[in-house]
Amino acid sequence: MRTTASSLKSKDLLGIEPLTPDEISLILDTAEGFKEVSERPVKKVPALRGQLVINLFMEASTRTRVSFEIAEKRLSADTLNFSASGSAVEKGETLIDTAENLVAMRPNMIVMRHKHPGSPKMLAERFENISVINAGDGAHEHPTQALLDAFTIRERLGRLQGVNVSIIGDIKYSRVVRSNIHLLTKMKANVTLAAPPSLMPVEIEKMGVRVVHSLDEAIEGADVIMMLRIQLERQGKLSFPSLREYYNTFGLTPERLRRAREGVIVMHPGPMNRGVEIASDVADGPWSVILEQVTNGVAVRMAVLYLLGGAHSGANE
Amino acid sequence: MNVKKRLLDGSRMVRAIRRMAIEIVERNRGIDDLMIVGIRSRGVPIAERIAKEIEQMEGQPVATGILDITLYRDDLTLVAPQPVVKPTKLPESIEQKVIVLVDDVLYTGRTVRAALDALVDFGRPRQVMLAVLIDRGHRELPIHADVIGKTVPTDAHEVIKVKMAELDGDDEVLIMEK
Repeated sequence: MRTTASSLKSKDLLGIEPLTPDEISLILDTAEGFKEVSERPVKKVPALRGQLVINLFMEASTRTRVSFEIAEKRLSADTLNFSASGSAVEKGETLIDTAENLVAMRPNMIVMRHKHPGSPKMLAERFENISVINAGDGAHEHPTQALLDAFTIRERLGRLQGVNVSIIGDIKYSRVVRSNIHLLTKMKANVTLAAPPSLMPVEIEKMGVRVVHSLDEAIEGADVIMMLRIQLERQGKLSFPSLREYYNTFGLTPERLRRAREGVIVMHPGPMNRGVEIASDVADGPWSVILEQVTNGVAVRMAVLYLLGGAHSGANE
Repeated sequence: MNVKKRLLDGSRMVRAIRRMAIEIVERNRGIDDLMIVGIRSRGVPIAERIAKEIEQMEGQPVATGILDITLYRDDLTLVAPQPVVKPTKLPESIEQKVIVLVDDVLYTGRTVRAALDALVDFGRPRQVMLAVLIDRGHRELPIHADVIGKTVPTDAHEVIKVKMAELDGDDEVLIMEK
């Protein structure tokens, strides 16, 4: 599918839910152009020169923060990393006050991760001259992860429409899965979910997905298997008897993968719990595109930053 | 917009491109180290046709590439909507090569300025030449073309429309009035 949209409607990327299929295609097509930049001898283009991007990470993150920072640097933006620990947040400053102070220093964009769903939206509505990119808000959305997953699927399989994607694991506490369901259903892929009952939200079928109850059912006929991390930190206590038991019923192993279609690809948003949701032989095996996802993450984030910061700011002038 | 005049039809365009190819080979005294690089989007088919003419003349193929300059534009935040960013494709290193940049119309010179910036991010060519199908004047930067298909004096309110069979269905160059 090739895009017909030439710019994004919103100044912000708060989630996949508000995007149209055309806008999703525009971001993925643009990312194809940016992937080439990372393979050049000089991995830098001047598109966002002079723009200041603040990475406001109020929750731990390695991959996403590093990926955004690399994307910003390859676009020649100035970057500033702000994390909760070691800042005035520890002295009790509220998010709004922190943001007001950062905005007073005239950034162009804020990339934000926060444990409270909707907090990027709050900032986006408060600051009308600043583009806010959601880098994960609680269990709500993580749009750039879903976009890089879709980019990887499209690159590997040539399309999204009609592709059978099975998402397995911690559906309940995952923001990645919510963004992925929105994206994949908008692009007409077939989504199947599998999880222990305690990790499967009720009525999730209303989002247009198929729910199955065993790993084998989910693997059967899948083109793409997306394993989710068991969010030990978000659960408080385990929603199943033991990690060993989880591995035995929902862990992806080479033996179980035999039921999938030939050419199946295995994805994981990271960080992985090896031996819990995924066997090392799968994570490092020929099916795995997990490191391609990481590479593609930079291209997709460059596309989003460019479309919001470079190409978009002029659309309103 | 109204068509004011047809500057080139299909057969005249073929001849113009053939002459550009001859001039490139002459100026370079052969095709050693030569790479023909089209600027997206209409520079690309013109570059390919020049390369084809050179191959017919010289009996061996010449390297071709594609340059996307969207990210190097100086009007990134002024013009909307922007074209979708596409990959730059260069078949080999440009170090010590003679690069012929190809575009359809030379006007303000800003596209060429952006193309030069984009190009040097890939290395240090020995020489860069500029070949354009139409030179319409009104430069805003100190840039000139080395090889020109047709020079056309224009008014600033006129628009040059280049159509290429590969992208637009047929070949012609029109001068339009706003």
